[in-house]
Amino acid sequence: MSLFPETLRLDLGIYVERFVKWLTVNYGDVFEAISNGVLAFLLQIEKLLMWVPWWMVLGIVFIVGWRTKNTRSGFTFAVLLFLIGTFGYWKLMMMTLAIVLTSVVFSLLIGVPIGILMAYNVRVSVVIKPILDAMQTMPSFVYLIPAIMLFGMGKVPGVFATTIYAVPPVIRLTRLGIHRVPKEMVEAAHSYGSSFWQTLIKVELPQALPTIMTGINQTTMMALSMVVVTSMIGVKGLGDEVLIGINRLDIGRGFNSGISIVFMAIIIDRVSQGIASRFKYPE
Amino acid sequence: MTVKVKVENLYKIFGRNSKAVLKKVKNGVSKEKIFKENGHTVGVNDASFEVNEGEMFVIMGLSGSGKSTLIRCLNLLNKVTDGKIYVDGENVVEYNKAQLREYRQKKVGMVFQHFGLFTHRTVLDNVAYGLEIKGISREKRYKIAKKTLDTVGLDGWADSYPNELSGGMQQRVGLARALANDPDILLMDEPFSALDPLIRREMQQELLDLQSDLKKTIIFITHDINEAFKLGDRVAIMKDGIIEQIGMPDEILANPINEYVQNFVQDIDRTKILQARNVMFKPSSIISMKDGPKIAIKEMEQSGISSVFVVDKDRKLQGIVTIDDAIKAVKENRKLKDILIHDYHTTNPDTYLQDLIPYATEGKYPIAVLDENERLQGIIVRVSVLSSLVS
Ligand SMILES: Nc1ncnc2c1ncn2[C@@H]1O[C@H](COP(=O)(O)OP(=O)(O)OP(=O)(O)O)[C@@H](O)[C@H]1O
Ligand SMILES: [Mg+2]
Repeated sequence: MSLFPETLRLDLGIYVERFVKWLTVNYGDVFEAISNGVLAFLLQIEKLLMWVPWWMVLGIVFIVGWRTKNTRSGFTFAVLLFLIGTFGYWKLMMMTLAIVLTSVVFSLLIGVPIGILMAYNVRVSVVIKPILDAMQTMPSFVYLIPAIMLFGMGKVPGVFATTIYAVPPVIRLTRLGIHRVPKEMVEAAHSYGSSFWQTLIKVELPQALPTIMTGINQTTMMALSMVVVTSMIGVKGLGDEVLIGINRLDIGRGFNSGISIVFMAIIIDRVSQGIASRFKYPE
Repeated sequence: MTVKVKVENLYKIFGRNSKAVLKKVKNGVSKEKIFKENGHTVGVNDASFEVNEGEMFVIMGLSGSGKSTLIRCLNLLNKVTDGKIYVDGENVVEYNKAQLREYRQKKVGMVFQHFGLFTHRTVLDNVAYGLEIKGISREKRYKIAKKTLDTVGLDGWADSYPNELSGGMQQRVGLARALANDPDILLMDEPFSALDPLIRREMQQELLDLQSDLKKTIIFITHDINEAFKLGDRVAIMKDGIIEQIGMPDEILANPINEYVQNFVQDIDRTKILQARNVMFKPSSIISMKDGPKIAIKEMEQSGISSVFVVDKDRKLQGIVTIDDAIKAVKENRKLKDILIHDYHTTNPDTYLQDLIPYATEGKYPIAVLDENERLQGIIVRVSVLSSLVS
């Protein structure tokens, strides 16, 4: 008898299920409200992205690439984007982009305050750091579980899972950025009678901004890497196409949608890096 | 003279249990022993002093002697462990949060050793920071900030970023940032230590010039005794958190209270500290214009000197006569005023010794020290200059 005894069984799942039931019964309204809010926000962004004419998007990407890097980058980005359009994926790309942007916005809303709190309070930092470490080693699929449990299927759990998965870099780099503000500078702010908020807003956050921008870049990339995963809970977009391609062994479809995600990743990464580098102060 | 800042029995102890350790410190246990037994650092130990309005008060001491700790207590960047700090008669240690902010916004400004400038703000926005915090409108604060930049000689740099400026210029921004707020009290923690010697001397002189207009109450920290004695109306010398001696530079120079202070004073270039008033003495004899050459001879014989200064009835200096000329004048029956000589050096009591040395060592006659009304205050002879340099 070398296998584990059958009499020793513990079903944690039952407790989790009970807990989630309890949550949805008692706080159903809260989740509903959150869900509606997120959805409304997401749809607004989606609408906006779909409203902008395709050639204008190409133009904007070209200009941003050109201003933040150089003409060649701007041109390359525009061509890559054009290719996605020729695959017939413009709409799907915009849907994916909407999910990514929404998740990034929520990551910032959650991550920046937590990062600030960690920078100010060692105890909070000690508690949250191992959680962040765990989150970053966790396979991204895991986040689908609580997402489904709390929000069911569709876009909202998609945003939820993506946000949770992508938030650690913003938290880490906000904490780091504020932590690294020279002590004398903060003291100077205090010595002129700045309040807590004045010090934070006028000195610490602007000083931390270049670091936070790096965090936003990383968070965006992580959010994008979630699109295929979230398609498993019914999120439509480029990820969904990849999934269909795999399921039907449709190599062409898989390739087109896969390469489109790669193009998106390249453009978003370079452009957000370019923007981030704009925030560096003269040394 | 009104007292602006009065510090009474100030203690600052770093560590978790400072209140308990305070008892031991008050019982006279040494800083070293406290650190070994309790792991607490005594930053400031029973400091008491007063700073007068318009005075430049310099605190000096070796690294780690608690200078920064002390000055940072004055605007409560350091929480005081025990003691009182009266500013305009109010104990600022007991201020609540709102009072403390107001005190910092209106009464004290600080200049930092490494400048502490906001690198994300332009020079102008740095200088305007204190005004911005006070809620002064953009237009008004920029106007004030620009004027202050002019005062420190940085007009034209308003739109630069601090990191584009040299060290000396950055500290001018630091100074302007403090001055723009127009505080009564200026706290300066080794503001010039990070600058190279040439710039440093320039900045010292500029601070002195500025101060002669502004008449702020300045508390200035340095570890350089020459800087301390050059700038300070009064100087406090610290060791291990304790103020060892407080006094005017020449007082400390003349009477170092212990070996520690003595060691500091040894390093000093006395010619930059001592003034004519410190080394001059009352001439043993002077003669009046109405006296004749005969009396002059007698005076010189009695005092055993070969020349004597001549003054009028208001003690205004008229000239000097030598014993040879006086004897000749008696023989030729000439008057005192016919034999007056004028090629001696005159100076005022505030001249530094370094500027007098050439005249003292080369001139034939003593140096005459005159007040602003040309009245003879004292004389300086070669011996007194040289001896003041060695003791
Ligand atoms: N925040 C702190 N926590 C613990 N100990 C401190 C702290 N700040 C200063 N000290 C200690 O207090 C003592 C006095 O330090 P302080 O910085 O006041 O010296 P200083 O005279 O300004 O020296 P320096 O010329 O190097 O600036 C030192 O022993 C230092 O280690
Ligand atoms: Mg110091």
